[in-house]
Amino acid sequence: MSLTFLFFGILAVLAIATAVICVSNKNPVVSAMALVAHFFMLAGLYLTLQAQFIAILQILIYAGAIMVLVIFVIMLLNLGDEEKLREKTKYRKILASLLGIGFIAMLCSVYLGGGLGNKATSPMAITIGAPAALGKELFTNYLFAFEAIALLLLTAIIGAVVLAKRKVD
Amino acid sequence: MNEIPQGYYLLLAGVLFTIGTIGVLTRRNAIIIFMSIELMLNSVNLTLVAFSSFFGDSSGQIFVFFVMAIAAAEAAVGLAIVLALFRLKKTIYVDEANILKY
Repeated sequence: MSLTFLFFGILAVLAIATAVICVSNKNPVVSAMALVAHFFMLAGLYLTLQAQFIAILQILIYAGAIMVLVIFVIMLLNLGDEEKLREKTKYRKILASLLGIGFIAMLCSVYLGGGLGNKATSPMAITIGAPAALGKELFTNYLFAFEAIALLLLTAIIGAVVLAKRKVD
Repeated sequence: MNEIPQGYYLLLAGVLFTIGTIGVLTRRNAIIIFMSIELMLNSVNLTLVAFSSFFGDSSGQIFVFFVMAIAAAEAAVGLAIVLALFRLKKTIYVDEANILKY
């Protein structure tokens, strides 16, 4: 039992726990906070995989930008409680749990039936995870995709503004 | 060097994806459905980074970068739709938004 393994175990358990809180809590603000914690756990898991740049991006983009947007919308909408809508969802929860159990059983049979795969990360992993290597790759082999994603983000900004603005008429 | 077997990461990602799926299927608050979708996207990211490190190929991490950009775009548009829905129907529970259904 090495230190990395211990680190992985703690992060994995916390990641699953925060994900469950996010999905099951009635209060949207608690859900959002649990999701922020979940993103930090995932960043730690990326560090165990030697993907430093992705770990930083995870915190900057998800925990920093996207979740702030979500929390602002929760604040703007001033939500009531979900209690009064409770009764109808019983059968839905049973169906979803059955589906979840089936899905996890399928994953277990696939992954554990075929062995656990490679025992160690590639020796190349440390150089790959650094910003310099990823940046070089991004601006040479994936340049077209990079430009396309810039256009997509511009479109998304315009779309968001058009959808959210008040109609002036 | 990391001595955790690859299967552990894949299994964890699968469990997180399942939790996200259950969230999308059972919750009716549009914002929580949206956050469950983020959970699912993140579990896929974990799979991509795991494969990238174990095979020593950087494509996986580049894909994660693009998935994050898509998630940011999705967040902006999705939350704008939630705001527009709230203006129109005074609710964000997806069961009550059925104007396109009939």
